Amino acid sequence: MKYTTALLGAVSAFGIATMAFGAAHEGPRGRDGDVKIIYWQAPSIMNPYLSGGTKELEAASLVIEPLARYDQDGNLMPWLAESVPTVENGGVNADGTQITWVLKEGLVWSDGSPVTSEDVKFSWEYCTAEGGGCAQAEKYLDVTAVDTPDDRTVVVTFGVGKPFPYGPFVGAQAPIIQKAQFADCLGPKAPECTDANFNPIGTGPFTVTEFRPNDVITLAANENYREEGKPAFATVTFKGGGDATAAGRSVLETGEFDYAWNLQLAPDVIAQMEAAGKGMTVSAFGTSVERIMVNQTNPDPALGDERATAAHPHPFLTDIAVRQALSMAIDRALLTEIGYGPAGTPTCNVLPAPAIYASMANDGCLVQDIAGANALLDGAGIVDTDGDGVREKDGVPLKLLYQTSTNAVRQDYQALIKQWWSEIGVETELRNISASVFFGSDPGSPDTFQKFFADVEMYTNNFDGTDPEAYMANWTCDQAPRPETQWQGNNMPRYCDAAYDDLAAQMAQTSGLEARAALAKQMNDMLMQNYIMLPLTHRGRVSAHSNTLGGVVLNVWDSELWNIADWYRADG
Amino acid sequence: MLTYTIRRLLLAIPTLLFIGLCIFLLLDLAPGDPTAQLPLTIPPEVKQEIRESLGLGQPVHIRFWKWLVQFIWVEPLNMFDYFFGTAFSEGWPRIISWQSRSPVMDIVVQRIPQTLWVVGMSYVVGVLIALPIGIISAYRQYSVFDQVGTFVSMIGYSVPPFFTGVLVIVIFSVQLGWLPSIYDTTHSVVDWETFVFQLKQMVMPVMVLALQTTAQISRFMRASMLDNLNQDYVRTARAKGLSEQVVVLVHVLRNSMIPVVTVIALGVPAVFGGAIITEQIFKVNGIGQLLITAIQANDLPMVQTLTFIFAILIVLFNLIADVLYGVLDPRIRYD
Amino acid sequence: MTDQTTQAQAQAYEDRPPRNQWLDVWDQFKTHKGALVGLAFFIFIILGVTIGPLIWTIDATYIDIRARNEGPSLAHPFGTDQLGRDTLARMIAGGQTSIAVGLTAMALALFLGTLIGVTAGFSKKLDGPLMRFTDLFLALPLLPLLLVIIMLFRDRLRATFGPEEGIFILIVVVIGITSWMNTARIVRGDVLALKEREFVLAARSIGTPARRMVTRHILPNVMSPIMVSATLGIANAIITESALSFLGLGFPSDFPTWGRLLFDATDWLQQHPERVMWPGLAISLTVLSVNYIGDGLRDALDPRIRGR
Repeated sequence: MKYTTALLGAVSAFGIATMAFGAAHEGPRGRDGDVKIIYWQAPSIMNPYLSGGTKELEAASLVIEPLARYDQDGNLMPWLAESVPTVENGGVNADGTQITWVLKEGLVWSDGSPVTSEDVKFSWEYCTAEGGGCAQAEKYLDVTAVDTPDDRTVVVTFGVGKPFPYGPFVGAQAPIIQKAQFADCLGPKAPECTDANFNPIGTGPFTVTEFRPNDVITLAANENYREEGKPAFATVTFKGGGDATAAGRSVLETGEFDYAWNLQLAPDVIAQMEAAGKGMTVSAFGTSVERIMVNQTNPDPALGDERATAAHPHPFLTDIAVRQALSMAIDRALLTEIGYGPAGTPTCNVLPAPAIYASMANDGCLVQDIAGANALLDGAGIVDTDGDGVREKDGVPLKLLYQTSTNAVRQDYQALIKQWWSEIGVETELRNISASVFFGSDPGSPDTFQKFFADVEMYTNNFDGTDPEAYMANWTCDQAPRPETQWQGNNMPRYCDAAYDDLAAQMAQTSGLEARAALAKQMNDMLMQNYIMLPLTHRGRVSAHSNTLGGVVLNVWDSELWNIADWYRADG
Repeated sequence: MLTYTIRRLLLAIPTLLFIGLCIFLLLDLAPGDPTAQLPLTIPPEVKQEIRESLGLGQPVHIRFWKWLVQFIWVEPLNMFDYFFGTAFSEGWPRIISWQSRSPVMDIVVQRIPQTLWVVGMSYVVGVLIALPIGIISAYRQYSVFDQVGTFVSMIGYSVPPFFTGVLVIVIFSVQLGWLPSIYDTTHSVVDWETFVFQLKQMVMPVMVLALQTTAQISRFMRASMLDNLNQDYVRTARAKGLSEQVVVLVHVLRNSMIPVVTVIALGVPAVFGGAIITEQIFKVNGIGQLLITAIQANDLPMVQTLTFIFAILIVLFNLIADVLYGVLDPRIRYD
Repeated sequence: MTDQTTQAQAQAYEDRPPRNQWLDVWDQFKTHKGALVGLAFFIFIILGVTIGPLIWTIDATYIDIRARNEGPSLAHPFGTDQLGRDTLARMIAGGQTSIAVGLTAMALALFLGTLIGVTAGFSKKLDGPLMRFTDLFLALPLLPLLLVIIMLFRDRLRATFGPEEGIFILIVVVIGITSWMNTARIVRGDVLALKEREFVLAARSIGTPARRMVTRHILPNVMSPIMVSATLGIANAIITESALSFLGLGFPSDFPTWGRLLFDATDWLQQHPERVMWPGLAISLTVLSVNYIGDGLRDALDPRIRGR
């Protein structure tokens, strides 16, 4: 199949190929005219500190940049900084409480003024200002001071030792903004600076000419960009809106656009579009895993206010035999093939990447075993006693409410899994909820994924960058959403095990990649072998570009548009 | 009739205030969260801070009062300032969208051109096609023209735009390559060629939308004409020796317009409301798309403002329809 | 209708002993060819979706993953979908829901619309408040309204009537109460004009009570816009139902309905065009047949035509 070959090519050889031929595409800045990008979700602002949405982050990454960012393999690479500070090169002190960045020499903003360490410090002040509602505050967690010994040096001090100190000023989430432009926009005043929020002055390859919120952004090459002859394109048209199908169609079938972001479409549909021959898809894998969460508490509406809280354990999902049988009945390979095709791989881990963290201990789940699941349930004494085809445990029939957000692929997953579970004597009722309600955290709504008023629920989660510490800490006891926390928290299954909490605490103090990887794997295995979560598919990102657009290197660890300065017009 | 109009206009003010309050309470009650679309990697505490920075912590009545003052006082002042270069509105906070952190009205104004070009035009086209179809269909009931008209308009109405839109894109953009599938909102008409391009990018969304309007209005027109064609006054008019044209187009048409005027008046505010699905399919990004993205992002100031403008138009156009009834049929008296 | 048949009918009418009005209506209805074809097709659809499952016994939700994306064959006359579910079975099951929702929601909307429209048009005192109430409903944003309704009532209805019946009631009521406003405005406009007509004045002058006035004089004369609203209302209800299921208000996602089948198939328009065709045709033809039945009924109920 054409799709598969193109993908294989893209994944393995694409990066190398562009680097090798890069030399042939040099010339004056702006030589290649206009490049048209379509995002089916439209950006509403150009300031990632005021909106943490992926669409805004990526649009803003054309203009403003961090000190360091992740490359396509997830390695940190210096961007505005000279090099990435480490303990070895003396940039990070031994206990991880201080990190020293040095800016590249001669950096200038798009308005021509020099970039100084004051701007870096200001970016921290901006995000941590009281009442600003900064969406990236997590990046600056525990930062107690940012010092500027000279114009190019920035020293970041943390209140606690950070085994992984690359939160502040790293990645598309935490770029450097210009102090002169945003000085009057601190805290509650942030929304008043519409001009600055729509047209930030940056160091990136492009500057905004016109910003229409939720519609279209036009950008022009930054005349003061630090690299000679880049970017190759004089202008960018960044259109937003519509749906993934239409975005894919406009690149792959009609050729109206050059680059389409995040095509969440059935593999057959993409293959058909690609057959038109106008463009190709690229894909790469990050840390996204589609998983089923298994509720450990009882969501019965009759319990009133104590519904889905630790006060009432689930009548049968607390039995590991049931959870394991549910997992064994699922054919992950088939699900993935139908839902994602080459853009997904079946997985048995919630922590599937980067490779160093991926455990091999649970791969048995890749093979569907309905007979085994039936035998397991029979063995545990959970059998159908009243002849209705549904098993009972202590008189409670195994009937599940299975909820997820509205999305064509998820509904196909639900239908398939419902059928497999029926084969092991478990009845399932499906429910899908509008994504804006499901992923919202409105404590007044019964349908949020945190409240989890259902027996099982399915969604995708991932983590920023490459360090899983915060992600793995999601399943500690105190992260369980409950009325006292206004139903906030990340531990949806309400899993609670002191041994797991200990591991999480240990990881926060352990430095050294090997040791951290061992801990992360151990935590992953613990969750997996208890079947608290049933991972299904390790999801890749699929984007498409036209045949005449060269230099695209898909990056799932940072903004997809991270290397737009290297894009160029190729001969179709 | 004039006193009636004035009385109704005065009555419209408390009505609108009440509607505004209802909308506000409804939006407040509806489940949703402005941070729902943020990635799951952003921790709950940060989301809480974002919500507080948006003013969500305040009680409902204070938020409603603030919004009302901004809408009926600050925004008109701003408009005045814009046209006359004054600075009356200095220091007054405007209605700010939670998504873009910019004034709501600025975005609305930005969206009006494409909304009028596409949705407005489709309405005009739809009405202009529907009236003759309805009249001829009724006059020649059960003729071939009537049968075809019925068939096409019923199919047109029962096949939703999410399907017809994609169908025409596949035919005219993908297979034939004649028309663009994505509407360029930054395009400005300056000469003949840009005008042709504008026509090309408009034709598909306009036709898809006009199909629905035409189907609906032509059915009402036909039914109402049929009712009147058999009335005694038509026989009288014919007996008087009036030409057939005058009988049908003056006497019958005038008396048949009441339901049609109602339907048309109900449709005009909907033009402002935009066409959510069609705009989405053709990436027109007009007011319909603005509303639906605002609802999905739970951008309450934006949703509230848009629906309130919508409510004003509804009240206004229903009043216009009521006045037109009196013009069309002088026997109708409200006093 | 030709002159000859009218005359023949008039002749027959005079010769017959007095008889039931509804039989006359049926006689007139029978002469309308379109209406008969429409009625026949509508009955066919109703029978198809009610008796159909007894003849075509494949379960609409059964997944035969090896048979996915198949074209029409003997085993699957309408083909299969992307998960290998039989399209014919899904069309039959979907038809049950879509027709039930379409008819009941339409009936509810018409009832509310006509009630409010006639009351407002007929009574000067109630006109203002009722029309302002209509304006309010027209202005309320649909999506948040639906979300509030789900939040408040879904669990309660589910507990009282069970998951499927509960959701059915919810959907019908939701569609009904959000689509009566146009009918109400249209009916009121017509009633305003009607009540100044000579025959109404005449009826009033002989002291006809208000209720009789409405049922005997006003209602029959606003039948035609109501019929049009009914036809458009069914199409509307079937499509709206599919939109609801995306909000999580509709039926569970594996529960097929025509609107949903059409929406799901739109993505596959180029690969499997037949998949959009079936639900598209079913919806259109149902609406068309209702339209013709409505036309025939309107003619049959109009004494000016029937009596001739």
